[in-house]
Amino acid sequence: MDDLQDVWVYLSASPLLHLTLTLAAWQAGRWLQARAGGHPLVNPVLVAVAVLVALLLATDTDYARYFEGAQFVHFLLGPATVALAIPLYRQLHLVRRSAPALAASLIAGSLAAALSAIAIAGLFDAGPALTATLAPKSVTTPVAMGIAEALGGLTSLTAVVVILTGILGAAFGPSLLRLARIRDPRAQGLALGTAAHGIGTARALQMGEVAGAFAGLAMGLNALATAILLPLLWAWLV
Amino acid sequence: MVPALLALLGCQLAGELLVTLLALPLPGPVVGMVLLFVGLLVRRGVPAPLAATSGALLDNLALLFVPAGVGVLLHLPRLAESWAAVSAALIVSTALTLLVTGWAMSLLAPPRAEDRRDG
Repeated sequence: MDDLQDVWVYLSASPLLHLTLTLAAWQAGRWLQARAGGHPLVNPVLVAVAVLVALLLATDTDYARYFEGAQFVHFLLGPATVALAIPLYRQLHLVRRSAPALAASLIAGSLAAALSAIAIAGLFDAGPALTATLAPKSVTTPVAMGIAEALGGLTSLTAVVVILTGILGAAFGPSLLRLARIRDPRAQGLALGTAAHGIGTARALQMGEVAGAFAGLAMGLNALATAILLPLLWAWLV
Repeated sequence: MVPALLALLGCQLAGELLVTLLALPLPGPVVGMVLLFVGLLVRRGVPAPLAATSGALLDNLALLFVPAGVGVLLHLPRLAESWAAVSAALIVSTALTLLVTGWAMSLLAPPRAEDRRDG
């Protein structure tokens, strides 16, 4: 029993354990998703996050210790975002042809995201700090945190709200778009990237390269549009 | 693989530098994406190793959000406190954003060549 304890102390102090657990939880999520026939609730990000949070709570491991291992996965987000240039380049002919429609739809979506979040927060008497935290929820994490900070929101809670928005959009977005008879992959991709940033883009890439290219572009453009529009809206509304 | 990684990381690094120097309201990797895109336009094509490395990263893009997602752990008390406002805002606003963007684009975008061939 003491030996086992030593092994645990050794492993939990090295990044290997939490890196391996992150990949294992993800793989379990993928496996369950395949078993469930692609049911939206069985989203691999949702499953992996739930399993890992439960494990960390059960073993009384703090997030900083977990992140020492998980940072190797987290780090790859940067180069993966850069890599979105490749589907965009390959679908350039489609993007160029629909550029005016794309710009108009993106601004409409960006305003809808911010205004509806502010309105609902108001309905629940959420207070200015929580409202400022929720308003940039559809924007990719680093920009959303910057916007929330400028508006007086809670930056670290913003990161969580952004990830939850992404999981929600990726899990239910494709079914909702199908129900609304939005079948054009350009519109599906643009909607997923605008509403659910990188996690929505990951889902759009699974639907096809056209949807993926429009989603990646929408994620970048919505970050820019919200960073410019939301502070103006905020000064006018709040 | 190393030249491909070098291209991705080089663009990211250049993006981070530009964001800092010009105080842009964008994350460094998004500016890096624009830089790589311009590079591909100039080069007029995607080199095969870059396509392979990028494909491997993008095939697993959702996995890369898991470590940040586990950060929800730090905010469980705060979320429990205002769960009604947070869940209503996230669910309704995300659905509305998807519908507004998707409908606008379906209505406004010119028909695709493929659609014309099918119909």
